[in-house]
Amino acid sequence: MTARIVLHQADITRALTRISHEILESNRGSNDLVLLGIPTRGVALARRIGDILDGIESGSNDGADASTVTVGALDVTMYRDDLNRNPTRAPSPTAIPIGGIDGKTVVLVDDVLYSGRTIRAALDAINDLGRPRAVRLAVLVDRGHRELPIRADFVGKNLPTSASERINVRIREIDGTDEVTIEGSVTA
Amino acid sequence: MTILITGAALPDGTTTDILVADGVVSEIGSGLSAAGAQVIDAAGLTALPGLVDLHTHLREPGFEQSETVLTGTRAAAIGGFTAVFAMANTSPVSDTAGVVEQVKSLGDSYGYATVRPIGAVTVGLAGQQLSEIGAMAQSRAQVRVFSDDGKCVSDALLMRRALEYVKTFDGVIAQHSQEPRLTEGAQMNESALSGELGLAGWPAVAEEAIIARDVLLAQHVGARLHVCHVSTAGSVDVIRWAKARGIAVTAEVTPHHLLLTEQLVRGYDSRYKVNPPLRRDEDVLALREALADGTIDIVATDHAPHPVEAKECSWDEAAFGMVGLESALSVVQASVVDTGLMGFADVARVLSSAPAQIGRLGGYDAPFTAGSPANFVLYDPSVTRAFDTSLLHGKSINSPYLGRTLPGQVIATVHDGYATVLDGALVDAEEVAAAGQVRRG
Amino acid sequence: MRHLLSTQDLSRDAAIALLDVAEDMADVGTREVKKIPALRGKTVVNLFFEDSTRTRISFEAAAKRLSADVINFSAKGSSVSKGESLKDTAQTLAAIGADAVVIRHGSSGAPRVLADSGWIDAGIVNAGDGTHEHPTQALLDAFTIRRRLHGPASRGRGLDGVTITIVGDILHSRVARSNAWLLTTLGAHVHVVAPATLLPLGIDTWPVTVGYDLDAAVAAGPDVVMMLRIQSERMHAAYFPTAREYSRQWGLDDERLARLPAASLVMHPGPMNRGLEISAGAADSPQSTVLEQVSNGVSIRMAVLYLLLSGERLTPTSATTTAEAVK
Repeated sequence: MTARIVLHQADITRALTRISHEILESNRGSNDLVLLGIPTRGVALARRIGDILDGIESGSNDGADASTVTVGALDVTMYRDDLNRNPTRAPSPTAIPIGGIDGKTVVLVDDVLYSGRTIRAALDAINDLGRPRAVRLAVLVDRGHRELPIRADFVGKNLPTSASERINVRIREIDGTDEVTIEGSVTA
Repeated sequence: MTILITGAALPDGTTTDILVADGVVSEIGSGLSAAGAQVIDAAGLTALPGLVDLHTHLREPGFEQSETVLTGTRAAAIGGFTAVFAMANTSPVSDTAGVVEQVKSLGDSYGYATVRPIGAVTVGLAGQQLSEIGAMAQSRAQVRVFSDDGKCVSDALLMRRALEYVKTFDGVIAQHSQEPRLTEGAQMNESALSGELGLAGWPAVAEEAIIARDVLLAQHVGARLHVCHVSTAGSVDVIRWAKARGIAVTAEVTPHHLLLTEQLVRGYDSRYKVNPPLRRDEDVLALREALADGTIDIVATDHAPHPVEAKECSWDEAAFGMVGLESALSVVQASVVDTGLMGFADVARVLSSAPAQIGRLGGYDAPFTAGSPANFVLYDPSVTRAFDTSLLHGKSINSPYLGRTLPGQVIATVHDGYATVLDGALVDAEEVAAAGQVRRG
Repeated sequence: MRHLLSTQDLSRDAAIALLDVAEDMADVGTREVKKIPALRGKTVVNLFFEDSTRTRISFEAAAKRLSADVINFSAKGSSVSKGESLKDTAQTLAAIGADAVVIRHGSSGAPRVLADSGWIDAGIVNAGDGTHEHPTQALLDAFTIRRRLHGPASRGRGLDGVTITIVGDILHSRVARSNAWLLTTLGAHVHVVAPATLLPLGIDTWPVTVGYDLDAAVAAGPDVVMMLRIQSERMHAAYFPTAREYSRQWGLDDERLARLPAASLVMHPGPMNRGLEISAGAADSPQSTVLEQVSNGVSIRMAVLYLLLSGERLTPTSATTTAEAVK
């Protein structure tokens, strides 16, 4: 099995920076933004985006308007639609920042968007936690093959793939290195 | 009816032919022949005298859903037994001449085994008042063994009186030794395991203390005492001590107490619930040695049938007891013969001549001599079988051996000169009844 | 996890994983919508042969927070006859389609008999069987101790080095047994104190230390003192002479409470006999965890039901109770 690197560390950093600017532009600033990363890797990515947003905002406003971006985690295990089809999954912690999500713009952050079912579960989870003004989705990689009518608002890289290929996302905080690879399936 | 058994190995090791006619052994030797005889080829089989069970529950009258005299004696026959002593905890209790005569005559009419009813010591097994022991002794049932088994004659004065009174009739009290105050609500042997499992304990001392008291009472009044189902090493010590002092005590052990331990209770499977309970490894080993050295005189099954619903429930709610007639000889072989402690001559003693002697049952003292009543079992010790419900022939299936592999198989049983088991299968009830009828004249 | 029948079979990793899942479940209790859909469409039956409103409603709340359907069956006082009740009831529940059965029964081993019987295919949770075990009680006790000691940093931790003294009728206590196994598995040191009549034969084989003297145990400054309920009926079976003597010797009164380190926890599985084994002062002190134990009970039971019922149903090969944490 050969693994092809499609995003190197620098590519990932640039993508996250661009996503951060796009979020700010679309939100017209950082007011009432809540980034919720979806475990496992989405949480670290959300934190990075949060740090970048803090850097942009404090730089551009000379500190006059401090960033109000908050970062948390949203575990969606309990809301999955395939709980009965797989072995029991242990949940990860959900951490909603102080201030909650009511009336805020929630940006879900995940590493890969594929069938869309994880995001559907995330929307159900958000529903039980409060009523945001709007929910947006930021992903590092969109690999297509949606099974539900879900789309990302902010995309790091579009990677059309075949269903037999595997996308591996590694990020420094968890895997020790930043890279995204594609593995082709073994040909018969 | 004439039966010719060829090539049987006797307990003393000799191989011989046996000719049976009119209920007795007519000839013993080699190269025998008889015209018109039913021939049983016993090559490779061990011939034992007919087994005698001094402790069986036939449940009739009153508990026919568990067992009847017919089904119980059929189970006995397939186990190699030609005589069973039927315990008195029936309903009505066997505490009058009428009930014991009824049980005996049922046994006679079916013909599978000689049924000797045991009479209750106290009226209704209530432990208050002596039952009409004399009437039962002099009835057609000729009762010689008296027991409140199921319950203990715990009142010391009543036990003394009972021991004395039965001397009048050459009787013996068979005591179920269990101090009731120490065993209220008891479920299993009291041990570290019972503490862990949360089951109320049945301490060994509750058995040993009663035996100690009873042997001293027996000594004091000069009476015979028989101790039922000895289950602990401590009880063995007490009995050994008593015999050394010349006290007329005899004792029995069940096959399950020679093989099974309390560890089986771990899964709360109530097939292993029995009274007295299964004990520790040390107790099993002590009982085997005691049987081998004669401290324990006999093996008795304590065959205790129960219907399925009495065991298919939680442990506390389940009935105490295991069936044992069909498996007895195999379990004895597995526990003391195959382990080298005893030979088949010893088995003949502990399962036939000794229990017959204690119960005052005639005809079992010289089994393989001309003129003796013909009660034998032909046994194949070389086979190994998975023990399943097809091997049970009573009415109940509460056996702890289901799913186990046990050695040996009864191939033929001859009772009073006619076959009750042939080729490992029971002879038809009508045939057996007819043969029995002929014998009784 | 196929069944939860005892804590004896729980490995350290499985126990910690279970406590960690309970942390997530506890968070659900802090939200406005105290519900998650994880067990939607599943049916949980509370099969209580013994009275216990508190434990039953705890399991009921746990099941409902997971969006499961709950059926309560109380066999006490009904006309089912002895011996047939367990089998017939089990087969009825199987016919109804119960996915999990939470059973409390007066006979030790009844949940095991049910699990091994083949009468019902559901996952079995032992909510207390005779004097044998009460695994969810021990789990919520361990969870409570862990939370009090480590707060938000509890995840992934055991109870290593924590000293726990359990006082009371050990002989008849299923809570004592479940706690003895679980707390030592998690690394705690357990010391039991009772009169000799209330200690089971063979307690020297348990992984605990044993003493008769409560004052000595208090002087040793344990991190946790767990008081067990004493039943006055035991007096009539001569386990101890009077309630007064019992209370004097083995009761956690205000005076003993004062001699405990201020950080020591006072625990009680409930219901309490105020004035007998525990004084009102001790029960109501800030060191008492009695109320948290109740709310933690819901979180633990949610974790147990989740681990039992979510995921594909495993084919029963044996009635083991090891929880495997799947990441």
